Amino acid sequence: MASTVGTGALTPDRSRAREARGRLAGPALVAPFALFYIVFLLGPLIYTFVAGFFNGSLLRDGFGSWVGFSNYADVLNDSEFWRTLKHTLWFTVLTTIPLVLLALGLAILADRFVRGRWFIRFAFFAPYVIPSASVSLIFMWGVLADQTGLAQDWLKALGVNSPPSWLGDPNWAMWSLAGVTVWWTIGFNFVLYLAGLQEIPRDVHEAAAMDGAGPWQRIRHVVIPMLGRTTTLVTVLQIVASLKVFDQIYMMTAGGPDGSTRPTLQYIVDTGFTDGRTGYASVVSLFLFLVILLISLVWFFLVRRAEKES
Amino acid sequence: MLRRLDSPGRSAPDPARGTPAAPYAPSRRALLRGGAGLAAGAAATAALTGCGTTIAQGFTGGEPPADRLNFWNPFTGGDGERMVAMQELYEKDHPDSTLRATTFVWGNPYYTKLSLATIGKRPPHVAIAHLSKLPVLAQAGLLSELPADALAKQGMTPEKFDAKPWRKSHVDDRLYGIPIDTHPFALYFRTDVAEKAGLLDGGELVDIDGPDKFADALRAAKEVTGVWGGSVASIKDTATQFRMFLSFYSQLGGRPLVGDGGATVTADLDAAEEALAYIQRLGKEKLIPTGANGQAAITLLTTGEAGFLMDGVWQIVAVLDSGAKFDMRPLPRIFDDAPYACFADSHALVLPRQPKQDDDRLDLSLEFTASLLENSELWAEGGHVPAWLPTQRSAAYQELTPQSHYTAAAEGAVYDPVAWYGGAGSNLQNRVGDAVSAALAGRSTPRAAADRVRAVLHKLADVESPI
Repeated sequence: MASTVGTGALTPDRSRAREARGRLAGPALVAPFALFYIVFLLGPLIYTFVAGFFNGSLLRDGFGSWVGFSNYADVLNDSEFWRTLKHTLWFTVLTTIPLVLLALGLAILADRFVRGRWFIRFAFFAPYVIPSASVSLIFMWGVLADQTGLAQDWLKALGVNSPPSWLGDPNWAMWSLAGVTVWWTIGFNFVLYLAGLQEIPRDVHEAAAMDGAGPWQRIRHVVIPMLGRTTTLVTVLQIVASLKVFDQIYMMTAGGPDGSTRPTLQYIVDTGFTDGRTGYASVVSLFLFLVILLISLVWFFLVRRAEKES
Repeated sequence: MLRRLDSPGRSAPDPARGTPAAPYAPSRRALLRGGAGLAAGAAATAALTGCGTTIAQGFTGGEPPADRLNFWNPFTGGDGERMVAMQELYEKDHPDSTLRATTFVWGNPYYTKLSLATIGKRPPHVAIAHLSKLPVLAQAGLLSELPADALAKQGMTPEKFDAKPWRKSHVDDRLYGIPIDTHPFALYFRTDVAEKAGLLDGGELVDIDGPDKFADALRAAKEVTGVWGGSVASIKDTATQFRMFLSFYSQLGGRPLVGDGGATVTADLDAAEEALAYIQRLGKEKLIPTGANGQAAITLLTTGEAGFLMDGVWQIVAVLDSGAKFDMRPLPRIFDDAPYACFADSHALVLPRQPKQDDDRLDLSLEFTASLLENSELWAEGGHVPAWLPTQRSAAYQELTPQSHYTAAAEGAVYDPVAWYGGAGSNLQNRVGDAVSAALAGRSTPRAAADRVRAVLHKLADVESPI
């Protein structure tokens, strides 16, 4: 927007006005986003923080009675909060590791295809575009169903007499949910890695090959280090996405059996909307926010240090 | 034009000037034109589907048109089909009506939406509520009290209702709901299996009341089926586990689980332990499966792998559809320390509190309610015991089998304890059901499971009520 021509012919007044307009251009362009950010992110965050000091109820108007830090103390002493947080972290571990490693492995394999790469890319990405409700239905009624599901049928065909109830057994439910999530969302990380692989110049490969590096050595010493930034991005996006898990668990097990898969986000929904305890739910969501923030910061810090060292 | 917007960055010759244009980017005018086109399209679609007013209402928060009747219910499956049929009968009798029925997921999700919509001043005009939930909804100020004279105008007078659900529709002597049914937890049995097991006497099931007699009957059926004696949903179905527990617990004369609207725990630990021990016994003696979900439990009965099924009467449609030969009776009286008892609940029609009271709309709502009651024979076919006595006493219902075989169970109906965290599909059902499920599966002893029931109740009761 800042003008570069004809300034010499302008009177000082007009030039100053133009300068002022130039200075305003940046903020003006950012304003729409900033407005959304304030109204839908900062505002609710501050509201949540304030609501946490009150004994709010969904069924009553206003914040409710002032209770100070007692909601905070109650949440920290609430075994169910810690239990759901444990489930959330466990789910994150169970999904992030395969979703990063498998996506990397599959992308490296797919990258070697010259013909038909579009098909492989499409095949891996296709599940990602399915809505979570459809994914849940496919697995609830098709693959992981008791008695009639494919997963049990296959195990029976392999000679396992009484296959587990994938979603009904507390020991298996979280693994089943993680498996479904990996199948469903791997396409996104896969595509990011594929893009990263295509950024690696051919000459680097050729130079390494001329120096006598075999395919495995090229992957270990050239491809993986050069994908470092992609890996950082993929991992952080994945950790944050997994910590925010809600929909597939809510639809497939509703947090059961016996509460063994209930994530913190569902605990927030249950206490806030079902029980109507808005003050308490606000504090739980603040804590979850802090956990996500902390894990992301620690990860970034570790990665930055590793990058500096190398 | 829209397609060009989709592919920015592509060079396109500019015919107006005859010179190669800069890489194409949407101009402000094109964007405005596109936006106007989209808006016109949306408006046209809205006009075509006739939901323009609903959209406008959503944005502006205005009142729906005066003749609009919004009805919310949690009925899917067989119940849903029947409710739709009853709505169609109403629409046939009232060709001018504009009934809009909406179905939500049963349990907590439904009640959360109903509460939020009412608080947000966009309630439906008529809604279904379980009587186990009604006291809490009424105390929270979410329901309108029903005026006797307006009811009488539509022919709905107290003596025409089954006394038990009618009483339960009152809170502090004020009427908040119009009961349409009672739906107890009952016993299904295959007549062919019972016949071979020697459990039939003149076409009727022999006496199977009492802890040992019922277990023996299940064992006899197991010898015939070769797989299971009976079945019950034991996994992914905490509500069914809770219903089984509450039935046996109440037969032992157990006090209500909680009192004071959920503020105090009054559960009888010994009775709970005894009920849980019996449930565990059925699992341990391999008379019922400990790993069947709701659908599997029904399938075991319909495929002849189980002779009995303990489930709600509303599953009747699923069993009927299978073509299996079966009959029903009230859940056996396992313990006789107290009058006969079995878990039950009732559906009632309630009028959520409206932002503005309107007599015409009240009449419209009650007219719809009366129509559903008049047609409740259809509802009864789906398993529910009608609360509308003209239907319950009609010859047509008396001849309806197996539905009429368990009508008596409604008299022993035990509703959920009144608590803000209780009722259909609630936290109380889920948490207690989890403990029962653990006992049935043998993951905990009856004593430990009873302790757990008490612990979860204490935890729920310790939370200050949001009402």
